[in-house]
Amino acid sequence: MSTIVDTWVKVCKTSDIPENGGACALLGDKQIAIFNYTITNEWFATDNLCPHKQQMAISRGMIGSHGEECEPKVACPFHKKTFSLKSGECLSGDDYKINTYEIKIEGDDVYLRV
Amino acid sequence: MSAKKNVVVIGNGMVGYKFCEKFVAKSGSGDFQLVVFGEEPRPAYDRVHLSEYFTTKDESLLTMATLDWYLDNNIQLFLGDPIVYIDREGKTVTSLKGEKVSYEKLVFATGSSAFVPKIEGVEKDGIFVYRTIEDLDMTIDYAKKCKTGAVIGGGLLGLEAAKALMDLKLDTHVIEFAPRLMPRQIDEEGGQVLKDKMESLGTKIHLNKNTSFFGGDATVKSMNFADGSVLNVDIVVISAGIKPRDELAIKFGLEVGPRGGILVNDKLETSDKDIYAIGECALHGGMIYGLVAPGYEMADIVAEQILNIGEKEFKAFDMSTKLKLMGVDVASYGDAFGTSEDHDAIVYKDKIKGVYKRINISKDGKRLIGGILIGDAADYNMHLQMVKNKLVLPPNPEDLILGARNGASAHAGAGVAALPDDAVICSCENITKGAICKAVEEGDLNKVDEIISCTKAGSGCGGCKPMLVDLLKDTMKKMGKTVKNHLCEHFAYSRQELYDIVKVNDIKTYGSLLVKYGKGHGCEVCKPAVASILASTFNEMILKKPHQTLQDSNDRFLANIQRGGTYSVVPRIPGGEITPEKLIVIGEVAKKYNLYTKITGGQRIDLFGARVDQLPDIWEELVNAGFESGHAYAKSLRTVKSCVGSTWCRFGVQDSVSFAIEVEERYRGLRAPHKLKSAVSGCTRECAEAQSKDFGIIATDKGWNLYLCGNGGIKPQHAILFASDIDKETCLKYIDRFLMFYIKTADPLTRTATWLNKMEGGIEYLRDVIINDSLGICSQLEREMDFMVETYQCEWKEVVNNPELRKRFKAFVNVQEPDNQLAWADLRGQKFPEGWGTKYAVAKGLK
Ligand SMILES: Cc1cc2nc3c(=O)[nH]c(=O)nc-3n(C[C@H](O)[C@H](O)[C@H](O)COP(=O)(O)OP(=O)(O)OC[C@H]3O[C@@H](n4cnc5c(N)ncnc54)[C@H](O)[C@@H]3O)c2cc1C
Ligand code: HEM
Ligand code: SF4
Ligand code: SF4
Ligand code: FES
Repeated sequence: MSTIVDTWVKVCKTSDIPENGGACALLGDKQIAIFNYTITNEWFATDNLCPHKQQMAISRGMIGSHGEECEPKVACPFHKKTFSLKSGECLSGDDYKINTYEIKIEGDDVYLRV
Repeated sequence: MSAKKNVVVIGNGMVGYKFCEKFVAKSGSGDFQLVVFGEEPRPAYDRVHLSEYFTTKDESLLTMATLDWYLDNNIQLFLGDPIVYIDREGKTVTSLKGEKVSYEKLVFATGSSAFVPKIEGVEKDGIFVYRTIEDLDMTIDYAKKCKTGAVIGGGLLGLEAAKALMDLKLDTHVIEFAPRLMPRQIDEEGGQVLKDKMESLGTKIHLNKNTSFFGGDATVKSMNFADGSVLNVDIVVISAGIKPRDELAIKFGLEVGPRGGILVNDKLETSDKDIYAIGECALHGGMIYGLVAPGYEMADIVAEQILNIGEKEFKAFDMSTKLKLMGVDVASYGDAFGTSEDHDAIVYKDKIKGVYKRINISKDGKRLIGGILIGDAADYNMHLQMVKNKLVLPPNPEDLILGARNGASAHAGAGVAALPDDAVICSCENITKGAICKAVEEGDLNKVDEIISCTKAGSGCGGCKPMLVDLLKDTMKKMGKTVKNHLCEHFAYSRQELYDIVKVNDIKTYGSLLVKYGKGHGCEVCKPAVASILASTFNEMILKKPHQTLQDSNDRFLANIQRGGTYSVVPRIPGGEITPEKLIVIGEVAKKYNLYTKITGGQRIDLFGARVDQLPDIWEELVNAGFESGHAYAKSLRTVKSCVGSTWCRFGVQDSVSFAIEVEERYRGLRAPHKLKSAVSGCTRECAEAQSKDFGIIATDKGWNLYLCGNGGIKPQHAILFASDIDKETCLKYIDRFLMFYIKTADPLTRTATWLNKMEGGIEYLRDVIINDSLGICSQLEREMDFMVETYQCEWKEVVNNPELRKRFKAFVNVQEPDNQLAWADLRGQKFPEGWGTKYAVAKGLK
């Protein structure tokens, strides 16, 4: 019973996502992690599923930056595998990746397109 | 015995051992067989640090080399078997047990014994000397039934013995014949400062006292002095000087000095050219050297002579010393009294702090010739180097003892760079600055420990270690290496530096710290580390807005994330004591929310399988029943385990449960660089396994023994006995200081055991900081801990009562649904999460 959403969907208010942190949204049966950086007002969306041990946990991970370029990243709370929030690449040397999704803010609403 | 020629050593003390070590190192395979006879039952041990035996009671820590070492180096060692007969014509020696061995060369290293003055009644029970491990064992044993103790002799050893009696909780008196303490090392004014200081620490000092007889029947009861006064005592330790062990030499016709000591020349030969004497039994130039460093030098010289590889001769040796007596620094170096030449003395005295410093400057004002430092001897090494190397003094020599003024950096410690390469840094092992710097450069060394194992510098008395630190830093700087310990790519500071920055600048959020002192957006290393620093400094609720997302996921939801993404609930059960009513509450909550329950190794009950959205409801019920957060999710105090203790246990000597509860309630919620565990046992049988904890407490019949820095885990390490027989208040005071010091200085995710292992100076240094307040920070540490204790709040109670915070505990931001991915199986009548990966298949199927 999969639900493919191809249009922008309003999911929540910006205030529902903790500052400089993340939370999870449920779209159909799919869990999507939403993150924001308060200082730069940047928003990202990825899978909530960590490919390492298949845990639904990425949204509870800690965000930060990687390297001189300040690549935004998230660390899975389980075993601290880190992933780029832009490309979804694993930054800690493994060859799996997470999917990233489009996200936009209008007013104080958060929209996703999956 | 063997085809090789024998070199026989009489005596396996510090110097006899050092001779073996040097001989083996220099001879390679060699033409000689080393044969050693020792009178004591154990291989050579470190007498210099004998007093540590009082606290550690572990003789293996003092052993210079194990029996395996002697075996590996093909040394024949006879222990507990003194030499009793020497045939100088036939060149053989015979031991008490009848072992007869021929020698090519014979080395006396028989040391000395305590000098026992002929005072009437000196043979009574309860009178001891202070020289061997047996002496200590007997003293410790006898002292158990004593209240008052006296030491005869106010010299260096006497004051050490007095410290030992203090440690044994005796009312301690020191009896000195001369008009001042340590008459050989320090002058009158210095002696007075030292006396005041010692008395303020609780020792009573009696000067100008001549003991005429000991009172009592079989056992000593009193000391009666020539001036008619009397002191009632239960135990006496005599430390009135040393007497060289020359009895064997005398018996077999070697020349000795008029007041004892085997006469030797500059080559350390006795009156028989095939026999040498080294260490404390040798009399050279009218002197008996009662220190290890000259003894080691003698050992080196004789080893080279016998192997025929050196022409070195023994010259009058520097008797400079630095020691710590009851935590008070005392140092005397060079010509301390200024008797060798005309000089000007500069004296600095602070009666309140108990500091006395004297330096003797040559008449032309250019050289330091000697000095005395009491109360603060941090500059001892540098001063000594200035004397030995005849360094030219700065224009204001008083800066040497007054420290930098007017902002100028005249602190003597600044100057290792100024020392010549041939300056001897470690005089025990005779190692120069040049050799140390070379080792650092060529061996690419980064730590003082590496210098010690690579060059042996600092392996003797250890007094030069501070200088090794300076040399290491200086050399590394020259090599362009920085000693760096950066937290992560976002902060070019160590955790300790960040702690200070936060504290000094009163920075209360991660954001402002990052803007001012870091770069980028942080990461999973620096965020929780800073969160922990902020929590240990200001103790604000960790889920308050700016702090919330800094917390590791476990801290963020105040629960441990489990396989499958559910959480565990662990209420605090202090000391493992719980009422039936509370047990029932836990059972009912578990039943209601269908939680798996298990008793943990930390003596409490863990409830597993709670969904994130259930956590606040579960906790609401627990909080209402009087439970608090157990902080199982935090890098903070976990549990204080306890054994049953004296309230029920027939062996118990103290109430371990009550104390464990008190300790757990004091430190609950305290955020630290890593988790902290503790336990309290009610007697020496140690059922609570306190010695595997960060801080463990074991009851004794006099109070409590405190053990620090143990852990279990991947690399178990026993906690070290830190203080014995202390009362509760002292125990808590030490733990306060210890924990706060750890919180301030440890790297992130470093348990106390690792922290200690990395600490320069190890447990001794830690004792100094915490017991003797050597850094002068103890009152601050206590204040900071008091603040933490006063501002403690249960995080779960806070969440339960705060709708804003409660809102964060839900699975999805957009729908009020619980997590749809959880899968359960059944195990022995309880639920458990399905294996790793089963869900992945489900999730994949969705795509
Ligand atoms: C409590 C204490 C604190 C000290 N603190 C310091 C300090 O801070 N700094 C410092 O430099 N020095 C200090 N010293 C002095 C230092 O310990 C001695 O200088 C050093 O131990 C001398 O070494 P040695 O080998 O000559 O004698 P010892 O270590 O006494 O060894 C001699 C050994 O020979 C054995 N022996 C004697 N006769 C025979 C025989 N016939 N056959 C076989 N064996 C025999 C003895 O039993 C003994 O084991 C301290 C001493 C004590 C007791
Ligand atoms: C690398 C080291 C370790 C890790 C990662 C680790 C991890 C954990 C985790 C995740 C839990 C919590 C279970 C829960 O309540 O959700 C736990 C509990 C526990 N661990 Fe460990 N552990 C480590 C080392 C140790 C060591 C060395 C010991 C004992 C010597 C130990 C003893 C315990 C005990 C007693 C509990 C239950 C705690 C309580 O009641 O709060 N652990 N450990
Ligand atoms: S180890 Fe170093 S400090 Fe001891 S005398 Fe040796 S020089 Fe001194
Ligand atoms: S020992 Fe390993 S499996 Fe057991 S609780 Fe500790 S970390 Fe988990
Ligand atoms: S499950 Fe995400 S890192 Fe292991």
